[in-house]
Amino acid sequence: MQRYSIFSVVRHALSGHKNWQPVWRKPEPKPEYDVIIIGGGGHGLATAYYLAKEHGIRNVAVLEKGWLGSGNIGRNTTIVRSNYMLPKNNRFYEWSLKLWEGLSQDLNYNVMFSQRGVLNLAHSPAQMDAFARRGNSLRIEGADADLLDRDEVARFVPGLDVSASTRFPIHGGLLQRRAGTARHDAVAWGFARGADALGVDIIENCEVTGFQKDGDRVIGVETTRGPIRAKKIGVAVAGSTSEVMRRAGVERLPIESHVLQAFVSEPLKPFIDSVVTFGAGHLYISQSDKGGLVFGGSLDGYNSYAQRGNLPLVEEVMSEVATMFPAIRRIKLLRSWGGIMDMSMDGSPIITTGPLPGMYLNAGWCYGGFKATPGSGWCFAWTIAKDEPHPLNAAFTLDRFYQGAVIDEAGHGPFPRLH
Amino acid sequence: MIIHCPACGPRSHHEFTYGGDATIIRPAPDETDIAKWQAFVYDRANPRGDHKELWHHAFGCRHWLKVTRNVSTHDISAVELLGPHAKNAHAGEAGK
Repeated sequence: MQRYSIFSVVRHALSGHKNWQPVWRKPEPKPEYDVIIIGGGGHGLATAYYLAKEHGIRNVAVLEKGWLGSGNIGRNTTIVRSNYMLPKNNRFYEWSLKLWEGLSQDLNYNVMFSQRGVLNLAHSPAQMDAFARRGNSLRIEGADADLLDRDEVARFVPGLDVSASTRFPIHGGLLQRRAGTARHDAVAWGFARGADALGVDIIENCEVTGFQKDGDRVIGVETTRGPIRAKKIGVAVAGSTSEVMRRAGVERLPIESHVLQAFVSEPLKPFIDSVVTFGAGHLYISQSDKGGLVFGGSLDGYNSYAQRGNLPLVEEVMSEVATMFPAIRRIKLLRSWGGIMDMSMDGSPIITTGPLPGMYLNAGWCYGGFKATPGSGWCFAWTIAKDEPHPLNAAFTLDRFYQGAVIDEAGHGPFPRLH
Repeated sequence: MIIHCPACGPRSHHEFTYGGDATIIRPAPDETDIAKWQAFVYDRANPRGDHKELWHHAFGCRHWLKVTRNVSTHDISAVELLGPHAKNAHAGEAGK
């Protein structure tokens, strides 16, 4: 692997940038691997990387239906945070955030992780109380949280309408300073490069069409590029989880697929230097290094595999942006798109052995999967390598739904569209 | 997305609220097999393609509808009125 540094940039500049190597190989699939990971998105690539790096399992293939990073890893709003109230969630996401803090050095690839702070706005005294409770829960677990009053919010986000006459006056907010954003494509490319350098085969344009089984045990996959056998098979396919698992004979899961839209405005001069979320509806907004405002809101609210949404949600999101930041209400929208979310029944993820022998499942990320990328890969790699979950993901089982052990951060109950 | 309500005609889906998968069946109240209740509450087929689902015309006639929609294209191929007035309703027009 070519190491990247200031010296390599200078050296290649002097030789006319003609000697850069491809970032990963394009290998033909081998007939058999120790581990196959289905899904070449962030979680799948991170899993392969940590399998090779942490557990020495290098005879690994990542099978990707389309091109690398064509799914949700390139469709999200790039927010990274760990401000979950429930300890089972917080411990996992806090470990993920710690991995983010060293990720660029670890991968020798700049993922542009920027700890610019994520501020959740509160619009009522009751919401301030709830935020104080969540902040305390975070601090008990060792994560950071600061409760800001209205004046501190106004100083932290200068463009925000904090007047008393706005529709939902701002009382304060909960700030996680170590949270922030990262360059989402770079995360996919960095993990791919790191995994490839450790010997992992990344096989693009390779859709899994079926599974080879010996009784109940899964022993290989049928793909559009031929059959491949493996001792262990991990599935990390986000919104396509139900469809892929059906090909293995698992007909029903506690998962629904829903569309989540995201938006980018025309580029502006620096205007928002943090991540701000609206507390009287659902909106999260930040500004990319190119200047575009990147924002999103709720799910459209009905089952969808369409990767595009409908207009009522667009209108709702735009009205929330205009309410929060009146100064930018006349800027133009540049792009919008949709991604398919694997919404679990309690809003929390699944990283587990099974549900079939020889198989491992990583799913149910709802719309919080991006921030979890390193932590998810790290825990899934552990689970695959050792055939048992790490304590950090021990609660993220499939059977928690049937044991009364759901992890319902929002308290919405078994309604995926509400999480 | 336009849903052809058998009572009100073609309306934006914004007038409706979503009721989820219409194929799951609630066990009888005296059912004591916990696995059946668990499957009812949590397990979904979640197909790509045609999906039978419930929509409530909350900002219209307030009828519950059973809609067959392709979840990849949003094409609606059937709409059926549910409830006590269903037998008096015309078959819903396809919403293509």
